[in-house]
Amino acid sequence: MSPRHWALALLLALPVLAAAQPQAEEPPLTVQATLDAGQQERYRRLIHELRCLVCQNQTIADSNAPLAQDLRSQVERQIAEGRSDDDIRHYMTARYGDFVLYKPPVQRNTVFLWAGPFLLLLGALAIALRQLLRRRNAAAITPAAPDPQALQKLLDEDRP
Amino acid sequence: MRFLIPAALLVVLLVFLGIGLTRDPREVPSPLVGKPAPAFDLALLGEPQRYTQDDLKGRPVLVNFWASWCAGCRVEHPLLVKLAGEGVEIIGMDYKDTDEAARQWLQRHGNPYRRVVLDAQGTAGLDWGVYGVPETFVLDANGTIVYKQIGPMTEQAWTEKIRPLLQGQKS
Repeated sequence: MSPRHWALALLLALPVLAAAQPQAEEPPLTVQATLDAGQQERYRRLIHELRCLVCQNQTIADSNAPLAQDLRSQVERQIAEGRSDDDIRHYMTARYGDFVLYKPPVQRNTVFLWAGPFLLLLGALAIALRQLLRRRNAAAITPAAPDPQALQKLLDEDRP
Repeated sequence: MRFLIPAALLVVLLVFLGIGLTRDPREVPSPLVGKPAPAFDLALLGEPQRYTQDDLKGRPVLVNFWASWCAGCRVEHPLLVKLAGEGVEIIGMDYKDTDEAARQWLQRHGNPYRRVVLDAQGTAGLDWGVYGVPETFVLDANGTIVYKQIGPMTEQAWTEKIRPLLQGQKS
């Protein structure tokens, strides 16, 4: 292969190489490594579902903002104290609102958020079905057989 | 007729996007509005006694989370000094700061606070749902949070939102 081919091959491979990069390292435990394997698993899951409020679109696992560090150590401490996942989620929403959860709870003001995509899908299906039926009906209409007398009449009229 | 439905959908979409543009994504509504002030028990700057949420009751107050390292606090500071001069009681919550830095900062820029509570670890900040200083909570005489200002206090927020709330309190 010529150098140009090599360069092209490398360029094409770049996205694949980037995807193969290991994910950013997990933030280290801050308080003390007193969590057993199951608790560490819960810790990892929880910090990936809580939003870092100062960075908007990052979880507290992804961010190193001081607030994210504080919230991570809260999660860690509360797990060590034996609190349940729901207790910890409740602790966070009581202070920061539902916005802190990446997965919003199903409640009155989020009904449309949850049901919306399905409603849109139903609407799209209804439109598609209507189009299909209309097309089938159109195909079902066969042109009527021509009336030979009317045809003859037309031909006669055309004759000078 | 054929384009009516897509056009209507587009208009609806544009209206939603338009509303989205007028909202500040940094302002997260606080679930604490309408609830009693969260509990704390902390030391004061330059005073021997401790300060708790019960000390906030009995009259309307502003609880202002600030820090000497916070740039937005410099922005709102002249307004707070002015409000304090008009007789508004402001309690300062010195968030993740040191006594010495706080004292120097107040000497340099003026002290609008009736009391300065030292939240050196940011524990009160966490319980009050603070996610970035400055933030100001408006408390009624029962110690209930009636409003939260996120970011620097502004003349507009004071005259349009907070002062009417406090006036409603006194009458």
